[in-house]
Amino acid sequence: MDDTDPVVSLDNVIVEFGRNRALNGVTASFGRGAVGLLGPNGAGKSTMIKSLLGFIVPRQGQMRVLGLDVATSPVEIRARIGYMPETDAHIPGLTAVQFVAYCGELAGLPRADATQRAHEVLYYVGLGEARYRNVETYSTGMKQRIKLAQALVHDPDLLFLDEPTNGMDPKGRDEMLELVRDLSRNKGVNLILSSHLLPDVEYTCDQVVVMDKGRIAAAGPIEALKQPRGRVYELRVKTHGDLETFFEHLTAAGLECHATDDDVVRVFVPGDGGAQELFALAAAEGVQVRHLRPSVPTLEDVFAHAVGED
Amino acid sequence: MPIHDQGYRRYGGTKAGGRAWLVILHAGFFGMFRNRRWIVLMIASWIQFIVRGVQFYIAANFPQATIAAPTAATFRDFFDKQDIFVFLVTVTLGAVSIAEDRRANALQIYLSKPLTRLEYICGKLSVLMAFLLLITWVPAILLLIVQVAFAGNFTFLMANAYLVPAITVYSLVEVLMVSMCILALSSLSTNSRFVGILYTALIFFSDALYGVMRAVTGGTGVSWMAFGNNLAQLGDVIFRVPLRYETPWLVSLTVVVALIAVSAFILERRIRGVEIVA
Repeated sequence: MDDTDPVVSLDNVIVEFGRNRALNGVTASFGRGAVGLLGPNGAGKSTMIKSLLGFIVPRQGQMRVLGLDVATSPVEIRARIGYMPETDAHIPGLTAVQFVAYCGELAGLPRADATQRAHEVLYYVGLGEARYRNVETYSTGMKQRIKLAQALVHDPDLLFLDEPTNGMDPKGRDEMLELVRDLSRNKGVNLILSSHLLPDVEYTCDQVVVMDKGRIAAAGPIEALKQPRGRVYELRVKTHGDLETFFEHLTAAGLECHATDDDVVRVFVPGDGGAQELFALAAAEGVQVRHLRPSVPTLEDVFAHAVGED
Repeated sequence: MPIHDQGYRRYGGTKAGGRAWLVILHAGFFGMFRNRRWIVLMIASWIQFIVRGVQFYIAANFPQATIAAPTAATFRDFFDKQDIFVFLVTVTLGAVSIAEDRRANALQIYLSKPLTRLEYICGKLSVLMAFLLLITWVPAILLLIVQVAFAGNFTFLMANAYLVPAITVYSLVEVLMVSMCILALSSLSTNSRFVGILYTALIFFSDALYGVMRAVTGGTGVSWMAFGNNLAQLGDVIFRVPLRYETPWLVSLTVVVALIAVSAFILERRIRGVEIVA
């Protein structure tokens, strides 16, 4: 497998549950490094990950992970990947170190190596002091960390992280994101992070795949996606007439307006027209522009645009 | 320095594949010995072996105690008496086997590792079968050895050479059937207590149904209705002792095979990395 080859690729994948089509002809590729899999609940993120793991057999399409076909080599693939499930998951009756070492052995490590790596990985995820406690006594945040530890113990080439910060307090969430970032940036582990939390993805990932209703809505490097084909401005105006009428004129002129929580409106001006076009339209309508500032596009803008929340 | 900078490093060793079921067997088997009540149950299940050993010693050393001399029926009877421990081990270990994994969502952990569903089932099955063979096949074979040791000759063994394969075949049939049934039930629920009660209820209900039908028909031709009667009938055939029921042994064999097949079908359907509700 070449360094430029995608670690995961899907070609026209269709997954159906009864009459519900969870993945609808998905074609996508995930490059090396950290890739975010974004989408609202029910978009098909977890279904995609479970299909890549071989848990779900698609009705149609081909999937490749680390250059191997999921349909023909699921065991070989699972030997090289780590999976952190979304839901609480552990093997009952074991302490953390027993659990992680057991997972290492299941992944093919010799017993001594699995035990040694279990200790190391538990320290790495911040559970060193609690490693002799039964996993069932762990808090939600600790359970998230142990799930990461079991996914890491056999040193996978690719990690699937399904909502890794679910249920964590702010401090724990920051630490988890630091770990994820460290893994991809410093330890050379490729990872796919599925989340509906945009800041998590923006902080840890270089690339993003946005899903909506079982389809790929947008994909590419985050920085490239954030470059709009125009400019976004924060605008505050004063008018003696109806404000809505002014916005209707802006919309009619091809500009997009989004009200924010404050009394500020975000206006997207396509093309190269920029602020001058806004001023011209305001002058034409007799509206005073009290505040105009270029706005930096966020991943939230990309996401909202991709899933049609304009 | 953040603690994570001290810990993680890439693994340079070699990974071995295809032994995951052995890992499950090893962990499951030795893990049970952390449970004190389990050890007591294991010790209790060997009491009959000790009693039979004493019986064989007396028969070998005191000519007047010919009534205690072992026969093929003695070994058949040994299995009958062990049934209570087979039941207790099956309910105690088998009921929790998959139900607890399902409760803790462990299946998606297991199946995200390089092992197949078949290997997972084989691993779980092998743990239960290992314990059940430890209280059936192992003591029965040891009893044969004890008999030879106390008698100081091979006369009994040579005269009853079929006992070695009989003990082995019957142990395997019994252990495989009960293990498959309890694992199938265990895969149906996330509550191991419920599974244990369900298994017990199935045994007693089928026995009660057979009792009613026997009273109605006035014969034992419907013995196949009871879960355990089929094993008993097959045991009698295998140990070459008179059959205790009128049911043809082929019918009993068919019921046993059907139970194993249905259990395998249930396990195939239930052991999944993800539960799909369409």
